[in-house]
Amino acid sequence: MRVALFLTCVNDTLYPDTGRAVVRLLTRLGVEVDFPVDQTCCGQAHYNTGYRHEAEPLARRFSEVFAGYEAIVTPSGSCGAMVRELYPRLGERARAEGRGDTLERVLAPVVPRTYELTEFLVDVLEVTDVGAYYPHTVTYHPTCHGLRSLRLGDRPRRLLRAVRGLDLVELPGAEECCGFGGTFAVKNPDVSAAMGADKVRNAESTGAEVLCAGDNSCLMHIGGTMSRLRTRMRPVHIAEILASTEEDPAA
Amino acid sequence: MSTTHLGMPGLPPPAHPAFPPFPEAAHDAVRDERLRGNLRHATTTIRAKRAHAVAELEDWQRLREAGKRIKDHTLRHLDRYLVQLEEAVTAAGGTVHWALDAAEANRIVTDLVKATGEHEVVKVKSMATQEIGLNEALEAEGIRAYETDLAELIVQLGKDRPSHILVPAIHRNRGEIRDIFRTQMAAWGRPAPDDLSDTPAELAEAARLHLREKFLRAKVGVSGANFMVAETGTLVVVESEGNGRMCLTLPDTLISVVGIEKILPTWRDLEVFLQTLPRSSTAERMNPYTSMWTGTTDGDGPRDFHLVLLDNGRTDTLADDVGRQALRCIRCSACLNVCPVYERAGGHAYGSVYPGPIGAILSPQLRGTHSDIDASLPYASSLCGACYDVCPVAIDIPEVLVHLRERVVQGGEVTREGNKVVLKPAKGHGGERAAMRAARWAFSHPAVLRGGQRLASRTRRLHPRTLPGPGRAWTGTRDLPEAPAEPFRDWWQRTHGGEEDDK
Repeated sequence: MRVALFLTCVNDTLYPDTGRAVVRLLTRLGVEVDFPVDQTCCGQAHYNTGYRHEAEPLARRFSEVFAGYEAIVTPSGSCGAMVRELYPRLGERARAEGRGDTLERVLAPVVPRTYELTEFLVDVLEVTDVGAYYPHTVTYHPTCHGLRSLRLGDRPRRLLRAVRGLDLVELPGAEECCGFGGTFAVKNPDVSAAMGADKVRNAESTGAEVLCAGDNSCLMHIGGTMSRLRTRMRPVHIAEILASTEEDPAA
Repeated sequence: MSTTHLGMPGLPPPAHPAFPPFPEAAHDAVRDERLRGNLRHATTTIRAKRAHAVAELEDWQRLREAGKRIKDHTLRHLDRYLVQLEEAVTAAGGTVHWALDAAEANRIVTDLVKATGEHEVVKVKSMATQEIGLNEALEAEGIRAYETDLAELIVQLGKDRPSHILVPAIHRNRGEIRDIFRTQMAAWGRPAPDDLSDTPAELAEAARLHLREKFLRAKVGVSGANFMVAETGTLVVVESEGNGRMCLTLPDTLISVVGIEKILPTWRDLEVFLQTLPRSSTAERMNPYTSMWTGTTDGDGPRDFHLVLLDNGRTDTLADDVGRQALRCIRCSACLNVCPVYERAGGHAYGSVYPGPIGAILSPQLRGTHSDIDASLPYASSLCGACYDVCPVAIDIPEVLVHLRERVVQGGEVTREGNKVVLKPAKGHGGERAAMRAARWAFSHPAVLRGGQRLASRTRRLHPRTLPGPGRAWTGTRDLPEAPAEPFRDWWQRTHGGEEDDK
């Protein structure tokens, strides 16, 4: 199976450790993973801020770059949801604007082949025990688009529960948004910060060392809030936990 | 009842003052510890109860889908059903009036009340009359409107604005309500007892006695309606307190102001919503009082019945193929109760009688996006999707929010007052527009992206921890992430070889 890593522009630029973790994890599971270097951004920030027409060329580009792969795996619920849920809508809107079905047809092939990482592991590779070792207390925050758009359900928790040494504790108010929301974080900074502070307080109340999630953009907001509030927890992407082994532990 | 208003408390300001943009209003609200506490307590309680009430029904998702389809079908054939309703109401002895906008609706109601010779009306809780500012319009003509819903009474006595669709005084706690009753009731009628405590039973008893004298005296009742059944011309009000039924049955004249989207074709359709509305709003299997009336009946209830059908931006909203789904709304408030933004910003920040997620998509459509508040409302959401999940008529609120953001920043064709107009892009988004365009360009040229990433990595020791200007919106409360030593793509090229493939 030809599998492509769609890392996302945020991870590529700011969180390369997450990308390395996905490569290590998938390689360990016997998957040959490629990183098409022409990939850039799925266009989600543009779309969600109201610049749908600016998002269209990025979506077309995505479709071209990933055209030859049977599976496109991304360590981001949010960007995964952009492709799966919103690319079809880009096509529909273009058609409604009298621009025909070209965009719909161009984007259609990548939609069903795009998987969020935990989805790919559980549904396609059919593994929950990925052979990981991570001797820490962890609480898991399900990020909104993974939870409510992709309906990841208990997949991430099943994967985490199978990690040796890992003590998974429930996060109070887990399903409530952390307050990142892309440009929402800077357009409505007071509400965003209040939501972030509540999320961090809830996470702290669990006594866990690590707050785990599947989206680094949310973790950037939560982590930035944690360090500003001088909490001792750290944010870690789920890929880095699942990639960690006794021989090769996470940093 | 005297017609002079000397010494009477003033009413809240009219419905359309210049509200500040949402972020500005929310700035103060998030710092109000008492407000935050009141809202957190109320919304988390009702949230859990609703989830329980909905989980009891195995066919919830099918009911939700049915509700959505019934509403969509009705909206598609609204012209036909409205005429059918008018005929049925008229045949049953009622009179139907058509109001294009708030001013026309207010004028119709005011004239109808004046024709009775009365100077006061009792009101059933109604969003449509709040939307048009009916109380203020009546006040200007010397007619006093008494709110009889307990929470609306608290808002009216407190010279306050509603902050929730179902529980308009949700921002008040029991102690505050006791203080309002003690200090304000006397100016409106029967005073509260001096030793009134803040126990729910005592507060309810004070309100009951205060309202009772108004019910028994009033000759004119004013209501809205939750539903109108086209096939028989029947109006439906669902409520918890029974105060609505007093207003619907005791007065001689009943005037109902109802948005045109509240129509349902048949009684069979009503069955779906009588299941989904109470469970979504108050987490009850069935609401305590469901009042239904069809025109007038000799010797039973009001002798005169007037139905004022209100457009006020609804037909314009219907013309938008993405935004029209907002008209499915049955005003249950489930989206408010589950919204993390509403919980922290409070209802007043939305600058409308429709707060929360539904307000953020309804107000900018009914009123247009030209004011500061209406242009900011589509952004008053993190797009977390919790509202869409709980909506009993499956309004994809995030989809409409993004659609309205597009309208704000890109402009385009919309329908206003029945005419197609082309909106210009809103002011104040120039910098953002340029940044989005630049980002799109960089993302279309991987070499440019890589150049930027490398620059960020190489200069990472120089990056400030806090940002000036607009960047402060992030760094005021959050640290910035550190740039890595190298972007992923450089690591990949280094370790997985491969040809440089930049274009």
